[in-house]
Order: sequence, then C-alpha cells, then structure tokens
Amino acid sequence: MKLKLKIWRQKNAKSKGAFVSYDLDGVSPDMSFLEMLDLLNSRLIDDGKEPVAFDHDCREGICGSCGMYINGYPHGPVPGLTTCHLSMRYFKEGETIVIEPWRARPFPVIKDLIVDRSALDRIQVAGGFISVTAGAASEANSILVTKKNSDEAFDSAICIGCGACVAACKNASPMLFVSAKISQYALLPQGKPEAKERVRAMIAEMDRNGFGNCSNTGACEAQCPKQIKLLNIARLNREYFKAF
Amino acid sequence: MNKVLFSAVSKKFVMALAGLFLLLFLPVHLGINLMLLKSDPEPFNNAAHFMATFPLVKVVEVLLFLTIVIHISYGIILQVRNWLARPVRYAVRNKADTTAFSKFMIWTGGSVLIFLVIHFFNFYFIKLGIVEGDPEDFYSVAYQLFSIPGYVILYWVCFLLLGLHLYHALQSAFQTLGWVNEFWTPVIKAVSLIYSIVLPLGFAAIPLIIWLFK
Repeated sequence: MKLKLKIWRQKNAKSKGAFVSYDLDGVSPDMSFLEMLDLLNSRLIDDGKEPVAFDHDCREGICGSCGMYINGYPHGPVPGLTTCHLSMRYFKEGETIVIEPWRARPFPVIKDLIVDRSALDRIQVAGGFISVTAGAASEANSILVTKKNSDEAFDSAICIGCGACVAACKNASPMLFVSAKISQYALLPQGKPEAKERVRAMIAEMDRNGFGNCSNTGACEAQCPKQIKLLNIARLNREYFKAF
Repeated sequence: MNKVLFSAVSKKFVMALAGLFLLLFLPVHLGINLMLLKSDPEPFNNAAHFMATFPLVKVVEVLLFLTIVIHISYGIILQVRNWLARPVRYAVRNKADTTAFSKFMIWTGGSVLIFLVIHFFNFYFIKLGIVEGDPEDFYSVAYQLFSIPGYVILYWVCFLLLGLHLYHALQSAFQTLGWVNEFWTPVIKAVSLIYSIVLPLGFAAIPLIIWLFK
C-alpha cells in the first residue's frame, strides 16, 4: 500500500508544532498501525531525520500506552480497537491519514504524538484503590458476589486508562475513565467501606486538573477501545450523591 | 464540603433538576395557550389573570424564574469550563458517534433564551408596566403578535430549536441523576422523543391554526 501521512510534529512541550506530510510506500495491509509508523520511522532514520515520537508498550491492547487521533477518531475509525490493534487493512490504497495527538488542556503534548496523561494517574491515586490488603484470589471467594455484579465490575475494570474518552469528548471530560474506576470498586464488597471518600476524592481531583464536564453525548462510549459503557457514568453520579 | 457542593458533577445535578422542573411548566403553559383557539377571549384572559394573581402561582412563578436563572448560569459556567478544557482544537473534525443534538445544547439553549427575553418583553413586561399594553387582555396581544409573519417565523424557529434541546435534555437529565437501567432507560428515551415533538408542535400549531381558520 501507498499512503500519504500528515503527522503532527512538535519538538518539545514548549515549541510550536505543525503538520508534516510524508509519502510512505511498501505498507502491508497486514501491518498494525504502529508497525506502519515503525516503517516510517526506520525510513526517516535511514534518511538521517528525526523519527516520529509516539507512545507504545505492550502492543496487545491492554497497557493503554498507545493512542492517537487518526482521521478524526481516537484510536482510529474501527470501534473497540486500540491503535496497536488497528490493522492497516482498514485503510484504502493512496489514502491520506491525518494523525494528531490527544488534545486536552490536562494532556499537554510532550513531543510529536506523545501527551502527558499523568492527570489520569493523579485521579487514580486520589482514591482508585482499597487501603487494606484484600487477600489472594481464594480469599475473594469467601465473600459471595452475584454473577451480575462480578461481570459488571470486570467490564469496568478492563478500562486501560488510555485517555481516548477524553480525546473523543467535545468537552475533554474523563468521566468514562473515572466512572469505570469507581464502578469496579462500587460493585464489589471490598470497595464498599471507602466508597464515599473514594468518589469525593476522585471527582475533586478530576475538577482540579482542568478537565471539562460530561454532557452525555456518548462520544466516549463510541470510541472507548474497551467499550466501557455510559451506564458507568450514571453509576458514578449515583455514588457521588450517596456520598453527600 | 464546598468542593462537593460546587463540583462539576454537583453543578450538573442541579442543572438537571432545574431543567426537569422547567419541563413540568411547559405543558401547563401549552394548556393555557390552547385556549387562544377559542373565539371567546374570556377563558384565556381569565387563565392569564389567574396565573398573574393567585398567590400560590406567584410563589411558583418566583421559583420558576430562579430555576431559569440557575439553569442558564450553571449551563454557561459548565460550557466555559468545557471550552477551556481543549485550548488547541483538532485539525480534523471529531467524527466520534454521538447522540443526536447533544453537541449543540449551548446553542439551542441560547436561542431559547433569546426567545424568552422577547417573550418577557411581550407579556411579562406589560404586566410589570415596563412595556405598554393591556395586562388584562393578553388574548388580543397574542393575536396581534401572531398577525406579524416575521414574529411567527421566529416563533417557529425557536420552538424547533427548543424541541432539539429537549430531545437530548430529558434523557440526559436522568443520566445525570443516575437513573439509568434496563427497564426505565428505553421508557425515558421514548418519553423524551414524544415530549420533544408534541410540546413544541403544540405551541407552533397555534399561530398556524389561527392563520388558517380565524
């Protein structure tokens, strides 16, 4: 495949970035999106140019490191995929692909496509944990949990904190992320004793970092690579009001 | 405690409650407006007089005005925060799939606000004596206004925008209040659709019926 890439290049957090166009041929439809960028970078290095900086780690859709805004979609146009799982077969021969970093005030660009997502870590640190050792897997079975709650808690816990919800939201709101983190504890007995403090602290931290507010557009749910449901946000709201 | 009372989630909670309260008022208003279709001005004017003078209604009126002020001011505060949260915009328009009209709430809401101001000038300010007119004969005032084509077109456009606002507003308010589940959510969505079509259509039909049949 032959592609035309328009990629946001920015030297560092302080410099002013701009789009740079690249023509890339020899792309296989079997490559992942990140492998396509690897190919571009190896060509750039061969030409003595600076490679494009982008976040990546596991490349199997579970670490939440990769993430870029591709042709108007966080993680690209295919629902339920992280950028590393996005295959090049979803793109057409000769297509122009515009690649931008996540855009949000709490996510400043560090370099090219890499943004600082530690605001999400700060929200997690504010309350997304239980203070006592909950024991090993066998001990968890000593407190019975309904199948429904167990499934829902798991579906929330699979949030990888990639920030696509913030990137997709017109208000740059992280409510889907925060609600998934709150839900995974709210649904299980081990999370209940600290439920009130947790939700208050995490919401306060969310506000402190300058994120926008949820206006229930559903863009986050549509673009979440782990398909976290909006139901979690309703649960977050319930948990918050219970904490008054 | 302040952090809890004035957090973004709390502000949205207050906005949702205020919005739902305003939704209760619209059918009452429509019910009175439908009396305009009678040839006899008495029932409409009596209803308007009752609304203007009955003490309990006066209390509700103050509450209604406060609710409008809270809904609008919180709406603006939250919207400004939302705009500030993304200082650098994307070069490619965001194509993420969203619910219909949810992205334009500030604009549809703003248009309704402009209409409200005009509306207050037309009727409420007559009552207060700020604008000239007969406060005991709102029926004639309404007929005069509905005889101006430009006003009727503005009226229709505003009710279309109100309908778009309400369609997202009603279901969104329940999401904000946390009332979402497998049984009630489809019901709420259906009610949102019906409410957002029937109510604005009811208001918009009145000048049309007057034009065609009076």
